[in-house]
Order: sequence, then structure tokens, then C-alpha cells
Amino acid sequence: MNKPLRRIAIFCGLLVLALLIRDNWLQYVKADTLREDPDNRRVLIARYATPRGDIIVDGKSITGHAETTSGDFKYKRTYKDGAMWAPVTGFVSQSYGATQLESIEDGILTGNDDRLFFRNTLDMLTGKPKEGGNVVTTLSAAAQKAAYDGLKKRGAKGAVAAIEPSTGKILALASYPSYDPSSIAGGSDSDAEAWKKLDKKNNPDDPMLNRALREVYPPGSTFKVVTAAAALENGLYKTADEKTDSPLPWTMPGTTTQLKNEGSIPCKNATLRVALQYSCNTVFGKVGSDLGNDKMLEEAKKFGFTEEQFTPVRSSAPVFSDDMNPSQTALSSIGQYNTAATPLQMAMVASAVANNGTLMKPYMVDSLQAPNLDTLEKTQPEKMSEPLSAENAQILQSMMETVVQKGTGTTAQIDGVTVGGKTGTAQHGENNSKNPYAWFISYAKVGDSAPVAVAVVVQDDNAVRENISGSGLAAPIAKRVMEAVIDSKK
Amino acid sequence: MSSSTSNTSTHHTSTIGAIGAPSRRNTELALLVFAVLIPVFAYANVGLAINDQVPAGLLSYGLGLGLLAGVAHLVVRKFAPYADPLMLPLATLLNGLGLVAIWRLDQSKLLQSIGQAGGKATNQLIYTALGIALFAVVLVFLKDHRVLQRYTYISMVGALVLLLLPLVPGLGANITYGAKIWIQVGSFTIQPGEFAKIVLAIFFAGYLMVKRDALALASRRFMGLYLPRGRDLGPIIVVWMISILILVFETDLGTSLLFFGMFIIMLYVATERTSWIVFGLLMSAAGAVGVASFEPHVKQRVAAWLDPMREYTLSQTVPGHSAQSMQALWAFGSGGTLGTGWGQGHSELIRFAANSDFILATFGEELGLAGLMAILLIYGLIVERGVRTALAARDPFGKLLAIGLSGAFALQVFVVAGGVMGLIPLTGMTMPFLAYGGSSVIANWALIGILIRISDTARRPAPAPAPSPDAEMTQVVRPS
Repeated sequence: MNKPLRRIAIFCGLLVLALLIRDNWLQYVKADTLREDPDNRRVLIARYATPRGDIIVDGKSITGHAETTSGDFKYKRTYKDGAMWAPVTGFVSQSYGATQLESIEDGILTGNDDRLFFRNTLDMLTGKPKEGGNVVTTLSAAAQKAAYDGLKKRGAKGAVAAIEPSTGKILALASYPSYDPSSIAGGSDSDAEAWKKLDKKNNPDDPMLNRALREVYPPGSTFKVVTAAAALENGLYKTADEKTDSPLPWTMPGTTTQLKNEGSIPCKNATLRVALQYSCNTVFGKVGSDLGNDKMLEEAKKFGFTEEQFTPVRSSAPVFSDDMNPSQTALSSIGQYNTAATPLQMAMVASAVANNGTLMKPYMVDSLQAPNLDTLEKTQPEKMSEPLSAENAQILQSMMETVVQKGTGTTAQIDGVTVGGKTGTAQHGENNSKNPYAWFISYAKVGDSAPVAVAVVVQDDNAVRENISGSGLAAPIAKRVMEAVIDSKK
Repeated sequence: MSSSTSNTSTHHTSTIGAIGAPSRRNTELALLVFAVLIPVFAYANVGLAINDQVPAGLLSYGLGLGLLAGVAHLVVRKFAPYADPLMLPLATLLNGLGLVAIWRLDQSKLLQSIGQAGGKATNQLIYTALGIALFAVVLVFLKDHRVLQRYTYISMVGALVLLLLPLVPGLGANITYGAKIWIQVGSFTIQPGEFAKIVLAIFFAGYLMVKRDALALASRRFMGLYLPRGRDLGPIIVVWMISILILVFETDLGTSLLFFGMFIIMLYVATERTSWIVFGLLMSAAGAVGVASFEPHVKQRVAAWLDPMREYTLSQTVPGHSAQSMQALWAFGSGGTLGTGWGQGHSELIRFAANSDFILATFGEELGLAGLMAILLIYGLIVERGVRTALAARDPFGKLLAIGLSGAFALQVFVVAGGVMGLIPLTGMTMPFLAYGGSSVIANWALIGILIRISDTARRPAPAPAPSPDAEMTQVVRPS
């Protein structure tokens, strides 16, 4: 019986050998694939095992971390003034992933970025836990607070974007109604409930929408600044104070429709200055149709229209169509028809004018820091385009300043500061059935420099229709944001 | 093997027994010290990794395991002095490491929250004590394993009853996903299959010892194979049918494969006919494929084996699917070559049965490829000692019983470890000695007890025969 016994022994040996080979396959050959499989929860556990780095505004962090008591994720994100900063930070949640800055700079914040590899390896050898780096933003706490509080006080949907014209630094980025990302940062039932409540399907206010970057609104009369720039740049009119060829009433070319002005304002052959001061639809509509679709589009593109911006958080692409007939071009040139812009885009328009014609690329990440606060990467201001010459920019500045001094934008005046701006009231809904959007774009000048350009849009569904104007709803908020920036620079 | 040849050729001489094989009891004791110290060290390691302190229970755990090992050693020293010196230390080591892993998983909040952990290590220590007690009972009362031969047909009935118990209405407990291999007695659940394994081996050994000549010799030669006569096919058909029935009614591929495989091994050893192996493989393949093609539970296990990721994705949304297989693979992969270290893995993600059927994944993740290969080799070594016992045994019943038990042990290790590692479809069986579960620990200690009894008989010096009248005329040539 011993011969078969020996064969059985070999058979048993083969069974063990098969297990050993399989084990080597799993734990050596396939180990990395399995370990880094995104479905392997260990990847997430490691991600939340150490405190996340912070997002910094004005030298102070606007984020934090807390240890969770339940579940296998150790740390969760917390936010200070989360609702105010949500359009900047986005969120990072144990259950719902990450968005915006939290997502784009995830590598730095978690410490997984390649630039931290050497440090991580050292830490691993010395037994120190991995740390995340910091993201230092360009934002201004004072401006952000002014913007958010202004919108909140108004209690209406809206957004604010503010830029430093000389660099493109984003100073404020507010959206209302907003949400507290802390409420969905964890993995508990209450986080799930909060998430459900914030979901667009259950919440018509859509608080998680970043209106400053991701929503496009018809810009209305604020777009006339772009049209004026196009008129000057293309030599249609050379100065602010020469008479324009503007009949009143004016029938749009190719149609029998007359373009209307708001009330009886002195628009007949008005100068560009007067036309902007009173916001003449007829003058700027005709400028647009005189220049034609191509030239208007070219100028709009120089201001950033039709392109997404990566700040690095992506903004939606503003719209200016390229296939319009003269009457459609006329309507588009006063910010109606298909024309649509994000608040960031309109802030860029004001910013380019204020910066003597040079548009700087907007950005919100000033620098990335290693856990020991060494700078890993610093963003340098970058010129994006030159929508208008310095001379024409100064002409346009004087026109916008007239608007604030004695035109539709008087509510934005600041003592001792030169403010230039433009109001806008954009139709909304089919046949203008819904309350219009109230717009205001402006910049403030202290001495020769312009520290801030801002765009505000307010969509007040509850206000009485007649009371809705850029001047009444949006300009006061823009004023407070500009004041906040100027005061914080003092 | 040399011992068996010398035994057969020289065991009637009066002088060879007087030399005496060394008992190796001190070797066993020295090895046992390591088998206790290694788990104690691991236990301290877990405490330091999870709670940053040496666990409070370290002393009592160490003393408990040491005491059990000591008792087992003394029983062997007294009642089976010539037993194989490796089996007891190896089993103790595995049992001790299993206790550590169970205690480690007891610390998992996730497993506690789903009632899969907390106090399980204490229970397992009690089961271990019961197992060692049964081990001692076997050695004390079973003076000679050949006594078991008398109970051949009682064993058959016993094994059938044990196997059928889970199917009895009111007694069967449907604990896990589908497989009906447990019975509920009061608050305890028992896995009768673990005991049936031993009882069945006794029956097969007794039966085959009697029938082996008929099965081996009365055969026709066909295409190089000796085909058995039709009427001799009876037993193998019956066992095959029972295996299939187990598969169909208890939906347990592992147990079915284990019993059929054990029978084939013993049949082959008894008859020395390779044709039985061929028959056995064909029949088990036919049975497994046939059942897997219509039994939904088995079918799902096969699907999960072929594509564990798909099963995982399904488990996230569709009830009745299990994420375990994929979770186990992730655990192994995350452990890598050297493992995360005790207490620092996340094998609790396997959730259900993390400390029983899937306990090998915890070893894989926390001790890595190196540690798991060591564990597998320890199992291999136990099997090797069992086969060596079969080789050394002097009586055919002992040989058959020893190879049956060792073969079943090897098959069980292969089926469980292969299932957890995704080498073969997953089955509902436990890793001997490592996994949490009373039936498994107790039954396997009894199995080791029987093997130790056989090895003791095998290695024991033959009793001096009565003085031969013609002794003077015979010249004894002593092997030098």
C-alpha cells in the first residue's frame, strides 16, 4: 500500500504548491493592482486617515478637520463660514467625493501629490504620519464677507465676483443661496440627509450651484460696455463725446420692430457717454448692428466670451453667438438675445477697462504649500488679452465714471474714490415673463491704481417688478465689496 | 519509508526492538514552547498596534494556551510516548495564531456593530479547551486505533446521520448565504460535517480493508486501465450519490468535494488501482458541473469565482450577492509581500465570516505573502506528518485511516484556502485550527488525536516476542 501512499503525498504536496503559487500571484504579482483599486475601500481609508491640509485666505485657514467617531474614516473636513466660502472651496465628503478647489488640489491637500513624494518617503522612514499641504488663495476675507452678506441681506438668488484688475487675482466669489459643506463632509446618516436636502431635485433653490462661476445670465445693459469698447476699437466713434448716428425711434435692420428704450431718455444721436449714462438701447443696438456680428464677436472674445476659464476651478463658457443677422446682433449687443455671461466674466470686463485695456487671467490659487509651509508652486499673474488700447480704455473709464457720477449708477458712489460702473436689467423668462436680473459691474480707483473690479447679479423673484434695477438691487452690494477691498488695503 | 521497509523485513527478530526508537517527547516539548511563545508575541503585537499598550489579557492568554499545550503534551507523554513529535506543536501554533487573529478582529468596531466580533476569542479559547479535552480523551481511551475497526458499520450510520442532520426540519440552522451545514442546539450551532469527516474516514477504512482484495483483483483490463466489475462499482456509486445529494440539498460544494475526494484517495490506496482516480475525477467533475449548471446557489458561487468584481458591483445594489470574495482579494493584495503588521489591516471589510471562513485573508493582509506562505507550509507539514504516519503504520486499517484523515485535512485546507484566494469557487468551510468555530476546532483536535495514536502505534517498538526455540540457530545480523 505504500506506493499509492507516496503518490498521495505528492498529490497533497501539489495542492499546497498550488496554494503557494496562487498566493504569490495575489500578494506579489497583483498586489499593487489590488491595493490601488479605486473600489478597494482601503484607498479611501488611507485618504481620510490623516488630517487634510487647509485652504488659506488672508493668512488664516477657512477649513479645518475633525475626528469622526463612527465608521472607518478617521478625519473629516470642517469649514469655517462654510456657506460663505462654498463657491471657493467646493466640498470634500466622505460619501460624495470632492468638488472645485477641494477636488482640483486634492493631491496637495491629502499629501499624495508627487511633489510631496520625497517628504512622504522621509516621513515614512521616520514614522511620522503623512501630512497634507495647504492651498493659499488670492481671496479677500473682507470682500467675500461684504459680498456674501450683501446677497444674504437681499435674500435673493445672486452672485458676486470681484477681481484685482492689475493681476487677475480673484478677491470675492459669492453665491446665494449657499450651503455649508461641513454638513455633508462626514459619512453619517445626518450627512446623507443634508445631502438629500441640498439636491437640486429636492431643493428648487439649488444651493450647491456656484452661481459666480457656473451659471450664465443674460448680462443686459452691462454688456453695453463691451459694445462701447467695440465701437472705439473699430474706430466707429473716436471719442466719448462725439455725436453718434442714432435715430430715434430706431427700427432694427431687416425687421419692422422698433428697439425700445426704458422711458423717454435723450438717446437721439446721443454721444457714447450720454448713451451709456442713460443706458440707451437704440444707440448701442445700432452700434452692434453697424459693426456686425463678426466684429462684435471678436471684441467679446477678447474680453473672454465663449471660453471657459480655469481659475483653476472651471467657469462656464459665456455665450456670444456667431451666426446672427443684424437685428439679432443689435439685441445681442445690448446683452439680450443669446448673450449670456457668468458673473466672473462681467467682472473681467470691468477689470479690463479699469486696467487700462489689459485683461489679466483670473486666478484664485496664489500658491501651494508643503506641510512645513514651504512654497511648492506660486501662480504668477498672466496677461490674457488686450481688449482695448490704453487710450480707448481711458475713454471708456471716463464714460463709466459718468454713469456713477450722474447716470444710472449713482448708488455705487464712494466718498473720495473714483468709481466707474454700469447697471443692467436683463429680461428673464419667455417673453420677459419672470422678474428680470439686476446687474451691476464696476471698478474703484484710488489714485492711479484700480484695486478692485466687481460684478453683481441679483435675481429677486419676490421684489416688485418696477423696483428691480441694477442700481437699486446690485449696485449697493458692489459698493460694499469695493469699500471692503479699499479699506483692507489701507 | 525506510522505517516501513525495515519493519516489514525485520520485525520478527527479537533484537531489533531492543534498540528502541527514540520517543522524541523532549523535541515535542521544545517545539511546543515556541508554538506557545509565537502566538503570545503576536498577541502583544496586536495590542500594541491597536491600543498602543500591551494587552491586559496577555498573561492569562499566555498561561491559558501554555496550560492547554502542557496538558496535551503530558497526555501524549503518558499515553502515546512514541507519537510523532511535530503534530501537536504545529496544531498548537495554528490554534494559537487563530486565537490571536480572532482577538484582533474582536477589536474591530465594524465587526462589533454587525455582531461578528466581541468576545469571540474567549469563546474560541473555551472551544480550544474542549478540543484539547477531546484530544486527551482519544489518547486515554483509545489504546489502539484498531478498536475503531469494530465500529465500521456503526460509523457508516453515524456519518450519514451527522450529514443529514442539517436537513432535519427545526434542527437545521440557515446561518450563512445558502449553505445548510449547521444545526441549532439551544443557543449553539454545530457543524456536523466536521465530525462526519472523521467518522466517515473510520467507516471507509474499515470497509475498504475488508473489500480491498475484491475491488483490486476482480477487474478487467481495458485500454490500459483495470476496470472494476459492475457489482464492485456499488460503493463508489453510493458515496458519489451521497456527495451529490449533499451538494444539492445542503448546497455545500466544499463538504461534497471533501468526502468524495477522501473516498477516492482511500480507495486508491486500498486497491492500488489508478483507474479509481480516473473514475473519481470523472465522476466528481460530472457531478460538480452538473449540479453547478442548475443549482442557483452553486451557480452564483461559480460566477463569483470567475468574475469577483462583477459580483462585488452587484452586491452594492442587488440583495443576495456577496462582496466577500472581492474584499478578500483586496485584503490579500493590500497585504503585499510583508503585510501591514498585526492589527493594521482592514480585513474587517469582509464583514460576515471575517473571523471564520475568511480568516486567512486577515493573515494575508497583516502578515503578508511571507506570513501566509509560512502558514500554508505549516498545514503542508501537518499533512506530511499524517502521510508519514500512514506509511509507518503497520496495519492496513491504520494506514487507510491515517491517509484518509490526512487527505481530508489536505483537501479541506486546499478547498478553503483556494476558495478564499480565488483559486477555486468559494465554499462554506473553515480553515482548520485558525478559523473561529467550535465544531471545527474540536473535530480537528480529535483528528490530530487519532493521527497521534496511529503514529504512536506505528513508531512504538514491537513487543518482544516469546523466545523462539530455534533462537540459537539463527544468526542475527545487526544493522550498523
